[in-house]
Amino acid sequence: MIIKVLGSGCKNCVTLKENTEAALKEAGVEAEIVKVTDFKDIMAYGVMTTPALVIDEKVVSFGKVLKPKEITKILENVK
Amino acid sequence: MFIFEWLNNQLLKMEWLSNLVTFLVQNILGLDTSSRVGGSIHFFIYDVVKIFILLSVLIFTISYIQSFFPPERTRKILGRFTGVSANIFGALLGTVTPFCSCSSIPLFIGFTSAGLPIGVTFSFLISSPLVDLASVILLASIFNWKIAVAYVVVGLILAVIGGTIISKLKLERYVESFVFHNKVLEAEQEEMTTRDRIDFAKDQVLDIIKKVWMYILIGVGIGAAIHNWIPESIIAAVLGQDKWYSVLLATFVGVPMYADIFGTLPIAEALVLKGVGIGTANHHNWLYF
Repeated sequence: MIIKVLGSGCKNCVTLKENTEAALKEAGVEAEIVKVTDFKDIMAYGVMTTPALVIDEKVVSFGKVLKPKEITKILENVK
Repeated sequence: MFIFEWLNNQLLKMEWLSNLVTFLVQNILGLDTSSRVGGSIHFFIYDVVKIFILLSVLIFTISYIQSFFPPERTRKILGRFTGVSANIFGALLGTVTPFCSCSSIPLFIGFTSAGLPIGVTFSFLISSPLVDLASVILLASIFNWKIAVAYVVVGLILAVIGGTIISKLKLERYVESFVFHNKVLEAEQEEMTTRDRIDFAKDQVLDIIKKVWMYILIGVGIGAAIHNWIPESIIAAVLGQDKWYSVLLATFVGVPMYADIFGTLPIAEALVLKGVGIGTANHHNWLYF
């Protein structure tokens, strides 16, 4: 599984990445986390508000700093 | 009129709280509120509690309203207007659309690729950080509604003018072409439930309080010091209405406080009580932007 965190690198994006890591650990899921900071690449996903979370090329959330619990829920749905 | 005034005094200026704090300071601490120490303690406790209550209630209410205006909806609404009215609505919606400042560039690209004129997008992007709804109510509480309304009107006018200038200069030619050809993807978003909105609003309150509590304490602390410990004559002489350098000087004094607007308001309050022109005092706040 490849998880991408989209965002220019402000605090919110960093927090989202940390929360994602925590959620993965909690769920015992192995995944590669990639940070996408280039605006051209971010815009290719069609999101207007960052941070956004992309799992296997599907946008699952945008404009929100998800909490670890919320990410765990999303991970369960993806599976 | 009488009822409005009563509501204004009780809910915004919180006279009941002032009376309660007076009671506490006089009966529990045994200090006279007309004395220097007592007055400062009263100013400090009353202002801190007042600002925290107002801020929490306000941010909650405003965030709840904002949850109805995600950028995707704002973009749709703005598409219906043309000319100056589009700039005006852009500026207005800028005040209620919630987004992290680091989303400004994706928002710009998203709006532009959907065909909105850049001038309108800029009116939106300028007004968003400029006109802060929580500050409006705090201004109304600490000073009065006239000043709060002036703050909003000036902010909106600046946003409309800024956007108009940008469109007149035809700055589109400097925008990279990929922006116009970016695909407009209506990323699917589930409709929020009332529960979601309440959670969102609650998170906003906690976020902002966590960010600003220290500045509020420092700001009110400095305000309390100016209020009772620096003689009026000195402040009036240095920062008084008619000195050409008073605005500059107040700006300089306010520099350390730019970190946060909510911390600057109590200082401005104390300065105004000392007879400093409101423009000079408010310069702290304007420059914050």
